[in-house]
Amino acid sequence: MNNGKFEPRIIAFLCNWCTYTAADAAGVARMEQPANVDIIRVMCTGRIEPMFILKAFAEGADGVIVSGCHPPGDCHYNNGNFKTFRRMPLVEALLSQFGIDGARFHWGWISGAEAPLWARLTRDFTENVRALGPLDWKRQKASKED
Amino acid sequence: MMDAGRHPNITLLTYSEVTQVSGYVGNYKVTIKRKPRFVKEDLCVGCLQCIEKCVFKNAKFPDEFNMGLNMRKPVYLPFPQATPQVVVIDAEQCLYLKTGKCKQSCAEVCDRKAIDFEQKEEILEVQVGTIIVATGFEVFDTKRLPYYGYGRYPNVYTALEVERLTSASGPTGGNIVLRDGRRPRAVGIIHCVGSRDDKTNRYCSRICCMYSLKLAHMVRDHTGAEVYNFYIDIRTAGKGYEEFYDRILEEGVNFIRGRVADVNDWANSPEEEGKIVLRVEDTNIGVVRRIPVDMVILATGLEPRPDADKVASMFGISRSPDGFFAEAHPKLRPVETNTDGVFLAGCAQAPRDVPDTVAHAGAAASMAIALLNRGEVTISPAIAEVDEKYCSACKTCLSVCPYTAIIFDEVKNVARINDALCKGCGTCVATCPAGAITGKHFTDEQIIVQIEGLLREPEEGGVKTAEGART
Repeated sequence: MNNGKFEPRIIAFLCNWCTYTAADAAGVARMEQPANVDIIRVMCTGRIEPMFILKAFAEGADGVIVSGCHPPGDCHYNNGNFKTFRRMPLVEALLSQFGIDGARFHWGWISGAEAPLWARLTRDFTENVRALGPLDWKRQKASKED
Repeated sequence: MMDAGRHPNITLLTYSEVTQVSGYVGNYKVTIKRKPRFVKEDLCVGCLQCIEKCVFKNAKFPDEFNMGLNMRKPVYLPFPQATPQVVVIDAEQCLYLKTGKCKQSCAEVCDRKAIDFEQKEEILEVQVGTIIVATGFEVFDTKRLPYYGYGRYPNVYTALEVERLTSASGPTGGNIVLRDGRRPRAVGIIHCVGSRDDKTNRYCSRICCMYSLKLAHMVRDHTGAEVYNFYIDIRTAGKGYEEFYDRILEEGVNFIRGRVADVNDWANSPEEEGKIVLRVEDTNIGVVRRIPVDMVILATGLEPRPDADKVASMFGISRSPDGFFAEAHPKLRPVETNTDGVFLAGCAQAPRDVPDTVAHAGAAASMAIALLNRGEVTISPAIAEVDEKYCSACKTCLSVCPYTAIIFDEVKNVARINDALCKGCGTCVATCPAGAITGKHFTDEQIIVQIEGLLREPEEGGVKTAEGART
């Protein structure tokens, strides 16, 4: 139905309290969002292991978003977002070592009150990833193994 | 208020401030700072003789309750219905507290020996099960909109000031008069000051239309003045409100649909001499008008308290974009917050009028009591669990837990998680290098299955769309 046009597949890991709430609010407010973004809810971005992000790319995701509560004080769990703040730069370094364009991975903060920001992020990020083209990590990996 | 003060099960701590909150639902520890009022609350009966005998013969400090429209002494009763009915001494103004030199005639006249200049700040710690945050609102500061002339022209009033003027126990005993004692012959009421305005607050403060109508009625009734309402829309949503609006229309109050552009005293014609002129586009007839009046009333909106951010972080609650405290769900859970055991009441959550506040506060009180009466609290099953078999005793999890819910069992040499303290954020789960901790409902397996499911290629013959596997 997409007439052969490339539709990126994007996985978003969102914390329950801030960005997931924002995404929910964006939906309730009928804000325009691309259907390319699929959300996986976690209670806190501190739960997100770097492995999840790599796994998403390995399973065929063209882009990954991680978003939680604004540091310093917004985190529902006091300081889970700080753990994310420290982990995500490591993930970025890791991705470049795997040869994945840094633009395919976005991490940041969107509070529960910033639904329009979430809607805009999904639109912009989807367009950016669409411009980068398919990652096809899964197929690349398979062909290497052959 | 009096009822709350007299109730045997209610301890009222006035003139106090919460400084710290710790613990969790059913078991909060609240630290309260009791400011010294220099009067023993249990001895004072509110006879007010001390006020009379104060060495300040004339009251010379602005009375906060009456918006500074009259003066009070350093020792005063905050307002006529104050609960408890106990005086307070302002330490910044009292001669004895400021300089140490005074006859202390107030203490002399008090036969119950209630005045105590040695009173010190007290720190109180209480154990509570639930908390209701009802910190109220702040009135919009009209000085932020200088073109309305507040502070520049003495006869530009805020609605709250006029409200005090209309009160029988107010500074003028209920006479609506200008600052020089004259009776106003024409009064302009400007609606939406600090509400529905991109420059200040975008939300509707909800109560201003109704109190503006009330003030219009009071002014017309008391003084017979010509009253002009300058409005964007009249919003009279509520039982009996629209009927009241109809009544005001029939009373002959003028309504001009348009936002006032400018308030000044530059007269263009003899009848404008000595008056305040409001320039406004009457959008119903498409004409720019000049309306000369004696008194301008600014219908100021409601804002969150300036220390709302501090209160929010202290109680672990969040705020909506407008700055008021955020409820757990805008429609289905308007009283609860995202923190278990903390509830909201009244204008701390959003601007609302008296009946709505009473309803909201009643709901908050019953939710707080229902939770306590149950005797036990339901905690989320989504908490973390240590598999002792795999715990390598590295103690990394102890350092990341924001709730100190993890303790280390020195005997068995493993980490343990306290079910009541764990909130299930999963930070330790992601941190554990041995993979010994599982976050129930958010296990690695569950998340990975979600990733795989979302990214699965569609079956042969299926249509590939952005929704992928869901097709």
